[in-house]
Amino acid sequence: MSTRIFGSGIKRREDPRLITGEARYTDDIKLPGVLHMAVVRSPYAHANIVSIDSSAAAAMDGVVAAYTSEDIGDGLAGLPTAWLIPDSDLKTPEHPALAKGKVRYVGDGVAIVLAEDRYTAQDAADAVEVEYEELPVVVDPEAAAQDGAPQLFDDVENNIAFTWVMGDKTASDGVFNTADVVVRDKIVQQRLLPTAMEPRSAMAQYNPATQELTLWCTSQNPHIHRFIISAVTGLNENKVRVIAPEVGGGFGSKIPCYPDEALVSWAAIKLGQPVKWTETRSENYQITIHGRDHIQYVEMAANRDGKLLGVRATVYAGMGGYLSTAAPGIPTILHGLLYVGPYTMDSVYCESIGVMTNATPTDAYRGAGRPEATFLLERMVDMVAKRIDMDPAELRRKNLIPAFEDGYEVATTLIYDSGDYPAAFEKAIGIAGYDDFRREQAEARAEGRYLGIGITAYTEMCGLGPSQVAGAVGFQGGLWESATVRVTPTGKVQALIGASPHGQGSETTLAQIIGDELGFPVDDIEVIHGDTTETPMGWGTYGSRTTPVTGAALAEASRKLKEKARVLAAHLMEAAVEDIEYDDGKFLVKGSPDNFQSIQDVALMAHLAWNMPEGMDPGFEESQFYDPPNFVYPFGTHIAIVEVDANTGDIELKRYIAVDDCGPQINPEIVAGQIHGGVVQGIAQALCEGVIYDDSGQLLTGTMMDYTMPRADMFPNFELGETVTPSPHHPIGVKGVGETGTIASTPTVYNAVLDALSPFGVEGIDMPMTPAKVWQAIQSA
Amino acid sequence: MWPNKFDYQRAESVDQALELIGDEGKFLAGGHSLLPVMKLRLSAPEQLVDIGRIDSLRGISANGGLTIGATATHAEIAASGDVQSMCGALADACGGVGDQAVRNFGTIGGNIAHADPASDPPTVLVACGASINIQGADGSRSVDAEAFFVDLFETDLDDGELITSVSLPNCSDCQCAYVKFPHPASRYAIVGVAVCLKMDGGTCAQADVAVGGATVKAVKCAGAEAALAGSTLDDAALNAAAEAVKADIADWLAGDVAYPESYRQQMAGVYLKRAVKAAAG
Ligand SMILES: Cc1cc2nc3c(=O)[nH]c(=O)nc-3n(C[C@H](O)[C@H](O)[C@H](O)COP(=O)(O)OP(=O)(O)OC[C@H]3O[C@@H](n4cnc5c(N)ncnc54)[C@H](O)[C@@H]3O)c2cc1C
Repeated sequence: MSTRIFGSGIKRREDPRLITGEARYTDDIKLPGVLHMAVVRSPYAHANIVSIDSSAAAAMDGVVAAYTSEDIGDGLAGLPTAWLIPDSDLKTPEHPALAKGKVRYVGDGVAIVLAEDRYTAQDAADAVEVEYEELPVVVDPEAAAQDGAPQLFDDVENNIAFTWVMGDKTASDGVFNTADVVVRDKIVQQRLLPTAMEPRSAMAQYNPATQELTLWCTSQNPHIHRFIISAVTGLNENKVRVIAPEVGGGFGSKIPCYPDEALVSWAAIKLGQPVKWTETRSENYQITIHGRDHIQYVEMAANRDGKLLGVRATVYAGMGGYLSTAAPGIPTILHGLLYVGPYTMDSVYCESIGVMTNATPTDAYRGAGRPEATFLLERMVDMVAKRIDMDPAELRRKNLIPAFEDGYEVATTLIYDSGDYPAAFEKAIGIAGYDDFRREQAEARAEGRYLGIGITAYTEMCGLGPSQVAGAVGFQGGLWESATVRVTPTGKVQALIGASPHGQGSETTLAQIIGDELGFPVDDIEVIHGDTTETPMGWGTYGSRTTPVTGAALAEASRKLKEKARVLAAHLMEAAVEDIEYDDGKFLVKGSPDNFQSIQDVALMAHLAWNMPEGMDPGFEESQFYDPPNFVYPFGTHIAIVEVDANTGDIELKRYIAVDDCGPQINPEIVAGQIHGGVVQGIAQALCEGVIYDDSGQLLTGTMMDYTMPRADMFPNFELGETVTPSPHHPIGVKGVGETGTIASTPTVYNAVLDALSPFGVEGIDMPMTPAKVWQAIQSA
Repeated sequence: MWPNKFDYQRAESVDQALELIGDEGKFLAGGHSLLPVMKLRLSAPEQLVDIGRIDSLRGISANGGLTIGATATHAEIAASGDVQSMCGALADACGGVGDQAVRNFGTIGGNIAHADPASDPPTVLVACGASINIQGADGSRSVDAEAFFVDLFETDLDDGELITSVSLPNCSDCQCAYVKFPHPASRYAIVGVAVCLKMDGGTCAQADVAVGGATVKAVKCAGAEAALAGSTLDDAALNAAAEAVKADIADWLAGDVAYPESYRQQMAGVYLKRAVKAAAG
C-alpha cells in the first residue's frame, strides 16, 4: 500500500526557488521605460503643511514629474476603511493618498516624484521643499483619548474613532461585585513591527488603448486590492488586474491597501508610463502598518476555590494617524470574542476604544486581536492563582472546558467547533515534567538561581469565516473562497485559487489535499494563485484561513471531479456505477481488479469526449465556492521554562513545549514550521521586540540596529506535541495553524519570567522584557 | 538605501590615497560603517578613496610586539595565531564583532576611525596600551590609543589623515580577556570590558582595565586597576573593583531609552568581574 499523501511531511515545493534566490518578487519585475517613484514623507508626527515647493525637484535632470495632493485633486478617492464595526459610533476620517493640509504621523506622504532611476527619484524627493507648522503630538492611545489632547481630525472628537462594547455591563458588574476575589492589572500590548522579509513594493502599468491597469504588488489578497484600487481610481473593476507575484511574507502587513499602491496606479495612468515604488526597510518600519498597541485595564473575578467567574477590560487601542483597511475589526471583533478562552467562564465584558494617534497606522499583525486577548486572560489566571495560592496548572485544569465534539457555546456567543483542552493540557504538562520542575526550581532558588515556568492554555478562532458573520460584524467583504481544479488531457492538475499564499507552504499543502482526494501524484499538481485575471475570486490569505477555507473548496471541487470520473469510468468499462470502487487513483470494477481506469485515463477520455455517457459534458474541471458554516477553533497548551540572571536581567529560554491541535495535519513538517515561526514571533514580543517613539512621535526603533528581531540563538529546540481533534463542520476536518504560535507563546514566556522573579516580589514588567527592564524591576521590587 | 551621488577612486598606495583625498572625500575600507550611513543619507561624501587594495596597509606582523595593518579585517585578527598569543583579548573582541559577514569586511582601521562608542576593538586597544600609527600629508605620527579616542564618534585624526596600522606591546606574559554584553538587536556592545592582568604567582601585580559600550568612548579605568592590583583577585577585590569601575566611567556614560546610562554603568561592574574571571581562568 502506498503511503497516504495526506499527513505526509513532504518537503515544501516552494523552497527551492525561495532559497536559491530564483523567486521573482514585485521588485524583480522589470518593465521597459519604468519610472521610479519616491515619496516625500513628513519628518513631523503632527504638523500643518504651510507650503510645498517642488519646482527645484521637477527641474532636475531625469525627473519627469512631481505631484502633491493638489495635483491629484479628485483623481484618487481616499483610501477606504473596510471593516465598519457596527454599533460603535465609528468615524472613518478621510485618508487621502497624499496628505491634504496636514500630516498625522512621521512618514505621512506629502508629495511624490517620478524619475528615470531610483537614485534620482530620491535626490528629487530630498529637493522638494516643504514648510511645516508643527503641532502638539500624542502617541499614547490612552492619553490621546483624554480631554485636551492634541486633535488629529476635526470630526473625530477626542480622537475616539469608535467605542465597541461587548457583553452586559450590569451583569458583569454583578459578578465582580459578589466575587470572592478580583485581580486587576494594566497591560501594555506594545506596538510591533511586522518585518516581512520582503519590504512592500508596487508597480503599475496602464494601457491607454484597452484602458487596462495592471498592478503588481506585495499583497496577501490581490482580489481585495483590485476591488479597492478600482474604487479609488474609478476604473471599472474589469479593467484592473492585480498580480501578487512571489510575496516574501506578510504577517498581516500586506493585507491593507496603502497610499503607495494607489499612487503608482494614479501616476501610471497620468503619465502613460509604468511606475514602480519599492520601500526601503526604513520606510517599511515607518509606514507599513504596525501591530498591537493596546493599553488594557483588565480584571478577573474568581471564587476562592478557584472557579473563574468572569473577565472584563477597557482597552485603548492605538489606531495611528489613519484607520487602515481592516483596523477597526482587530481590537474588537477579533479580540473581545476570545475573552472566554478555553475556560468555563460565564461573564465577559469588553469596552474597546479605538483612538487616533500621531503614529503609524496599526492593523492586523499575526494573530490580530487574539494574542492580545489570550495574553490578558493568561495573565489574569496567573494572578488569580497567586492570590488564592493555588498552583497555576491546577487552577487551569479546574476551569478547562471538558472535551466536546460538536459545538460548545460560550459567553461571547461564539460556538466553538470541537475541542479536547484537557488532553492537550495534560500532554504538555507531561512533556514538561511539571511536578519535577517545581522541585528543581526550589533547589535552584536555594542556590540563588531563578528558574520559572509559564503555562498558556488557549483556543482561538480562525479560518475566517462565515460570510454571514462577516456581514454581521461589518466586514466589507465576504469570507468564502473559491477554487477550480482543472486537469489537462495528459493528467496534469492546475488548482486555481483566489487566496494568495505568501510563504506558508500552501502550494504544497493544497496539492496534498487534491492528491489525497483524486489520486494524482502530488508532483503533477500545480497550485496557481496571486493573479486576479488568472484565478477565481477569493478574499485572501490571512486569519489562518487558506487551509481551512480554500482547502475545503479544493476538497469539494476534487470530490465533484471524482464523481464525474467514477461515472465516466463505469461507462468506459461498461459497468454499473455502483460497481465501481476507487483505490488510490484507480477506478476498479468490483471483483475484477485488473479491470480499471486510472484517473489519468479518465481525464484523457473526458477531454477527448469520444465516448461520453449520456448527458455528461466534456472536459475535466470543476469549481467550488466554499463558505464555511463556522470558524475553526484550534487549541492547545504551551509551556516555557526560563532562567533569569539576576545580575543582569538577562533571560535564558531553557525549554519551550508546544502542544497544538489543528485537527488532522496535512503536512506535519509545515505545521511544525508554522508553529516554530509563530512561537518565535510571539516570544519576541515578550522578550525583545517593541516600537519606541519619543514624545515628538519620532520612531526611535527605526532600523534593525535598534529594533530587536528574534534570532535563532535565542531559542532552545522546541518540543512539539499534538492532539488531533477534527473540526466537525469541515470537509476534511482541518483547522488553521498560522497564528496559534503568536497567540499562545507571548503570555507563556511572560508568565514564566514572572514566576522566576516571584522571590523578588516583581508584579509586572512592561513588554518587551529586556534585560534592562528586568534588572530594574528586580532593583525596585 | 539610496546614497547621494559620489565619485569613487581606488588608491594603489598610501601616498596616492593621501593625494586623492580631497576636502570632501572619505577613505573607504570595509565599508561596513560608512556605507550604511551613506545609504541612510546621514553622510554624503562627494568622493570615496578605496584603500582596500593598498598592500602596505594589510597583514599582521609580530616582531617583539604586534603590528596590525589598518585594513586587517576583524576575521583575520580573530584568527591570527600571533594575536591570540600576544593579545588574546583583541582576538576575543574582533571575533565577537557583529556577524561573520561584518567580520569579513570590517577592518580595524575603519573601526577605530569611525569610533562608534559601542565598538569592541577600541576597548582592548585602550586597555592594552596600543598606539595608532597615522600618516598625513605632512608625515607620520603615532598616538596612544587612550588619547586617540576623544569622544562620541570623535578621534584625534585630522581630515585627510590615514591610519596605517595599530601597534600593540607583546602581552603574552599577561592574562587578558574581553567580554561584552551584546545589544540584542545590533550585537554591538552595551558594555564591553577588557582587562589585562600581570600575575605574580597568585597575586595580581598589575591590572589594566578599559570599558566601552557603556561610555562615549573607550575609557581606561584607574580605580578598578588599583582595586585589583596587589590582590589575589578574591571576591573582596572583585567587588571593590566593580564599584570602582562604575566611578571610573561616571563622567563618560552613554545610553539610550532601551539601555539607559544607569543600567550600563551597573553592568560595567558585573562585566568587569566576568572579564577578570575570564582572564584569570
Ligand atoms: C551589522 C553590523 C554589526 C556590527 N557589529 C559590530 C560590533 O558588534 N562591534 C564592533 O566593534 N563593530 C561592529 N560593526 C562595525 C564594524 O566593525 C565595521 O566594519 C567597522 O566599524 C568599520 O570598519 P570598515 O572597514 O567597514 O570601515 P568603513 O566603513 O570603510 O569606514 C568607516 C570610517 O572610517 C574611515 N576610515 C576607514 N579606514 C580608515 C583608515 N585606515 N584611516 C582613516 N580613516 C579610515 C572611513 O573614511 C569612514 O569614515 C558592525 C557593523 C555592522 C554593519
